[in-house]
Amino acid sequence: MSVSLEHYLVVSAVLFGIGLWIALAKRNAIIILMGIELMLNAVNLTLVAFNRFVTLADGRPALAGHVFVIFVITVAAAEAAVALALAVSVYRTRSTVDIEQIDLLKR
Amino acid sequence: MDGFGVTAAFWGLSALAVGSALGIMLARSLLHAVLWLILAFAGLAGLFVTLSADFVAVAQVLVYAGAVGVLVVFAIMLTPNSQTGNSETRMVGPGLFVASVVSGIMVYIATQTDWSTAARGDFPATALEIGTALTNRYLLPFEVASVLLIAAMVGAIVLVRAARDEPERRELAGEGEGEVNTAEAAGREVVAAGSHGGH
Amino acid sequence: MNVLANWWDLRSLANPVNGLLGWLRDKGWDEIAYIVSGSIGAAAIGLFLGVAMLALIWVERRVIARIQIRRGPNRVGPQGLLQPVADAIKLMQKESLTPRLGDKWVFWLAPLLLFIPTVLTLGVVPFGDGMTVADLNVGVLFIIAVGSVMPLVVFMAGWSSNNKYSLLGAMRTIAMVLSYELPAVISLLSVVVLTGSMQLGEIINFQKDHNTWNVFLLPLPFAIYLIASLAEIGRSPYDIAEAESEIVAGYHTEYSGMKFGLFYAVELANALIIGGLFAVFFFGGWWTYYLDVIIPSWVLFFVKMLLGYWLFVWARGTVPRLRIDQSLKFSWQFLVPMGLLNVVLVAFEVALWYQLDAPGIILAPFAVINWLLTAGLIVGYVRLLKLEHTQTPRRLTLTEDVGIVTHVPAPSAAGYSAAGGSPA
Repeated sequence: MSVSLEHYLVVSAVLFGIGLWIALAKRNAIIILMGIELMLNAVNLTLVAFNRFVTLADGRPALAGHVFVIFVITVAAAEAAVALALAVSVYRTRSTVDIEQIDLLKR
Repeated sequence: MDGFGVTAAFWGLSALAVGSALGIMLARSLLHAVLWLILAFAGLAGLFVTLSADFVAVAQVLVYAGAVGVLVVFAIMLTPNSQTGNSETRMVGPGLFVASVVSGIMVYIATQTDWSTAARGDFPATALEIGTALTNRYLLPFEVASVLLIAAMVGAIVLVRAARDEPERRELAGEGEGEVNTAEAAGREVVAAGSHGGH
Repeated sequence: MNVLANWWDLRSLANPVNGLLGWLRDKGWDEIAYIVSGSIGAAAIGLFLGVAMLALIWVERRVIARIQIRRGPNRVGPQGLLQPVADAIKLMQKESLTPRLGDKWVFWLAPLLLFIPTVLTLGVVPFGDGMTVADLNVGVLFIIAVGSVMPLVVFMAGWSSNNKYSLLGAMRTIAMVLSYELPAVISLLSVVVLTGSMQLGEIINFQKDHNTWNVFLLPLPFAIYLIASLAEIGRSPYDIAEAESEIVAGYHTEYSGMKFGLFYAVELANALIIGGLFAVFFFGGWWTYYLDVIIPSWVLFFVKMLLGYWLFVWARGTVPRLRIDQSLKFSWQFLVPMGLLNVVLVAFEVALWYQLDAPGIILAPFAVINWLLTAGLIVGYVRLLKLEHTQTPRRLTLTEDVGIVTHVPAPSAAGYSAAGGSPA
């Protein structure tokens, strides 16, 4: 059997689900960030798969998917840098990155 | 295009990516979780190769497995007290429920929709075409992305910068401090103010 | 690669392989040809790595001994040639210790994973005319990407040892590799901009077509890449992370037996590969001014590769070790700005070249301009940073650099002991 677009989409959906689960259920802020990165990666997989299997109307190869993935990677890298810096600076003031203990606004 | 090799690679790499992603959830140690994450990124890069997206695959390895992986490792080393546990909150059950519902809806849509796919020959060299597209049609987003990167870099430096007079933490992250100081040295001219809003 | 090449033409070892594959395809055995080509590539890389390791240990020890006016290993076999075999047997016999509180799996995996970047990089290196396992069209980026995984493996090794010296050594190595990755990438960017391709084969073809080596056109990227790659593979003078005479052995402190041997072997292999990449990027790869018509191209490539490696050994034998802050400062304050300036310069020249639609001879004035500008940039930048005085040894320069001792008025009679004993 050959690999079709649906296969990639299903893999991507499963990865997205796992990333969402990590982001929702974990206690450590850095691990939550990792879940978000995983979700972004799942979306990247979808974009590349569509780019591979769908052709433009005039028959030219589509490139928008690849270009979009490049931008997503760029933004994700920037996001990772800022979010991890936030985690480090939260740690400096609160001595923890446990999201359940960072609850100053609830009190 | 789909020989036996591509099919086998797809199933193997998918299993690798999904398994490693579950590994992040199940790992007991934070560092193991990071290693699983990097393995998942590597598996995804392999999946990109099976989609004949060579440039994106290499960029994935470079940025995610390399740069983001090292960043996360440094972040974990710089927050040492929380180093041991990778535990969950109470939300583990509800989180699994929400995630499976979202995932199930997406799987349902993906399998039920009649995608108008077209078989296409292999994409021999995407690097040149991506470069051309980035400097012509997508020039404005490209420039905006570079501005974003600068802003993120400066922001990250400002956030983690230690004040001059504050004694620095030197637990496990001995040389990690050295790294931060290097980043400071690089950005010293652009950073004017200190960072300690919290104090 | 010449299409009409005969299978017995050993100037490129690709010819017999292609002859064999063509014969298999003629028989209609496409799958077998597929498998055979893959196995030949893997076997070639494996054989190369194995032979290179054994040879390099001997070369390294003998050359270092020459530099230090010793004899080096000369007892086992003729001229000590069998010494690497003896070393390997000794390492295999040693007990392979695992720290009890360490992370057993990660500790085990790290030395094995360290081989992956090395082997993958070898896959894109053109060993001769057409002798590449996979000439990727994103080859340069591939090499950088594969190399960027290295710090993580180093971290795995250092962290899983559950030893603070290992962890500190790993962190130092990572800080060093990250700081020097940037200048290395920037200097390769100059090469890519000039040659207009990221494919290693095309980079060689550019040099062949224009009858030049890139080193004549890009002296500054060559120097930057030399320094940065030295630091990236952690060789002297950038081996502070594992400085064996000052701190314990860095991230592989806890490793013993063959696992330590693997770290050592990967270090040697990386040095050799960097030598090969030098040849590809700056010295024309296998192409050597028509010499490759007579001498097999792969012999030329190996000679260049070994010369590059010998340069590293030379540096190890002669250049004193840098402190971690000195080396990081040098990267960020000197190499990165120089590299960026050079990229802009090269891009401008290439744009001019395409704009004028000029013949290839225009590269000659570019070379002159680049050499002059390189000299000017280095001298000017050194003046700007006021670095020149650190070269002339004065009293207390070491402590002045760190900022511990700002200034001690030289006592006229007491000399060094008084000044050193009481820092102001």
